Amino acid sequence: MHMFFVLSRLAWRYLWRNHRRTIVMLSAIAVGTWAMIFMTALTRGMVDQMIADGISVIPGHVQIHNPDYLDDPSVNNRIAYTDTELTARFGNAGFSSWASRVRVPAVVTSERESRGVTLLGIDPEAERSFSFVDYAAVDGRFLEGPDDKGVVIGAKLADTLETRVGKRIVIMSQDPDNEIADRGFRVVGLFHAEMEATEESYAFIGKHTAQDMLRIGDTVSEVVFVGDDYRDVEPVFDKVAAQVDDSVLVSRWTEVDTYLGTMMGMMDGFMLIWVIVIFLALSFGLVNTLVMAVFERIREIGLMLALGMKPAMILGQIIIESMMLLAVGLLIGDLLAWATIKPLEGGIDISVVAKGMEMFGASSMLYPNLDIGDVILANVVVLVLGFLASLSPAWRASRYEPVEAITKV
Amino acid sequence: MTAVRCIDLCKTYRQGDQDIKALDHLSVDVEKGEFVCLMSPSGGGKTTLLNAIGGLDIPDSGEIWIADERIDRMSKGQLADLRLANIGFVFQAYNLIPVLTAQENVEFVMQVQGVAAAERRAKSLAILEEVGLKGLETRRPAEMSGGQQQRVAVARAIVSRPELVLADEPTANLDSKTSAELMELFTELNEHHNTTFIIATHDQHVQSYAKRLVRMLDGRIVGDVEQHAA
Ligand SMILES: Nc1ncnc2c1ncn2[C@@H]1O[C@H](COP(=O)(O)OP(=O)(O)OP(=O)(O)O)[C@@H](O)[C@H]1O
Ligand SMILES: [Mg+2]
Repeated sequence: MHMFFVLSRLAWRYLWRNHRRTIVMLSAIAVGTWAMIFMTALTRGMVDQMIADGISVIPGHVQIHNPDYLDDPSVNNRIAYTDTELTARFGNAGFSSWASRVRVPAVVTSERESRGVTLLGIDPEAERSFSFVDYAAVDGRFLEGPDDKGVVIGAKLADTLETRVGKRIVIMSQDPDNEIADRGFRVVGLFHAEMEATEESYAFIGKHTAQDMLRIGDTVSEVVFVGDDYRDVEPVFDKVAAQVDDSVLVSRWTEVDTYLGTMMGMMDGFMLIWVIVIFLALSFGLVNTLVMAVFERIREIGLMLALGMKPAMILGQIIIESMMLLAVGLLIGDLLAWATIKPLEGGIDISVVAKGMEMFGASSMLYPNLDIGDVILANVVVLVLGFLASLSPAWRASRYEPVEAITKV
Repeated sequence: MTAVRCIDLCKTYRQGDQDIKALDHLSVDVEKGEFVCLMSPSGGGKTTLLNAIGGLDIPDSGEIWIADERIDRMSKGQLADLRLANIGFVFQAYNLIPVLTAQENVEFVMQVQGVAAAERRAKSLAILEEVGLKGLETRRPAEMSGGQQQRVAVARAIVSRPELVLADEPTANLDSKTSAELMELFTELNEHHNTTFIIATHDQHVQSYAKRLVRMLDGRIVGDVEQHAA
């Protein structure tokens, strides 16, 4: 400990002997760190947004289906339990939010156009808390109950179909016997969503109305469960799995939407790569700085060795010097990142570029997410790799022969 | 008791295609408490010998004993410990750590030894005063004259009361008055603490303080006489 203090003081003094070089290097580390964290925050913000949008469209962190449903979401692949049995199983199991729904492909036809959509037969009250539709922001009204006879479609779909609130449309699908099941509905509301694709893809009707139309009695296509954090769905998953047998498939949202799931999984890997790439750029400067710093004090190192310092202490001194440089640079970089991200927390309007991004599922506001885990990752990576990068110059410094350093005039 | 014993030391340097015998079958014993002056024309091998005794440079052949330990076979780490604990150095060419102040330079060895801060401070201030540098404690080497730097180096060499002091031209940059003061200081340490001194020098004045004069030429000892202090 005492030795550490002695070496630290030497290291600190040496660091500031060549102000210019140190400041240049510090700036590089700080800017590099800032870039790591800032970029990471933007990317994470973007992915979070995509996932949040995505999850709200397929609500439910955990879902159950007929095992064949994900491959073929037809009316035949319904859940083996009736809705009544489901309520018996899950109603008192302590889930904060859950809902069962009919979900089948269907065709919507107006007088002028027809479109394929995903038809959702829902109980609006059960889904209110996690639906991507803001019931209050619907033009017209949202469904009032599972027996509602109206339909709510996206504003964009209404445009395409050239229909509007109050007009009638026909919804057509198949019943379990592959017979056409169709019915006329009055459009009672138009919902709005972040993405046009969402507005075009979904039509909501009452759950009982749907069961009736499809002639499926008291059965449903899926049950969705929402937990506290979409990043950690295991608790909900376990709880659901405990309530059901093999006749249904319990899935995490990452399994239902593999694109988003993969995206989230790749995120951490991407962060690491990004951080390492920046570090590699920095490491050239760092190693160069250290090599220079060592080279210009060969004699002093020789002197210290001659006076009785052990090679290990020289090694330690150079490494401490490098760590100090990195630590100060990181600190500045972290503060810089914090100072630039904080003001942007309200969101950055990227609507100018967002049109082209919609295909990736990105919306027009970007909320940077300064994740403490990412900040720690960046700092730890820089310190650990920086430590490794300084080993070689430090080792060389500790191998000098004292006599050569001392005797040369 | 023998403080330093050198037996048949050889050290050859190659310069171009020429072999230079810096130490040529040199043997010498120095008893504890001796005050030895090492003299030779330039290139006679004084520095080479002092470096060998200090374990900074390993001879090609021969044995070196410090007290009763053979050092020419020690590891770097062991040599470092030996130097740290027992030997005070004044080097000929390069002595001070530029980023440390005079006082910090003097304290350097004690710091590495692990001497407590208060004791270090007291000792370093006292010794700096003794070598006439009171008031210059916070100067860095670059802010001091050659002579002042030399005195800081001397102060560092003796501050922790090593058993053996190896000084290579300690008075090189000093005027005769200061160099006399330094020699008085050395003599006092030698007499009161029985510190062994081996000093390489050209300086006639320094030689007059020595109790023993060893003359070298081309890596060999060509004269070894006891003398009584002037
Ligand atoms: N590292 C070296 N490489 C080659 N030759 C060396 C080296 N060190 C010393 N020598 C040679 O060894 C001989 C002895 O040198 P040394 O430095 O011991 O002499 P010295 O008595 O200390 O001289 P001075 O009074 O000039 O300090 C000289 O001829 C010198 O040129
Ligand atoms: Mg010499």
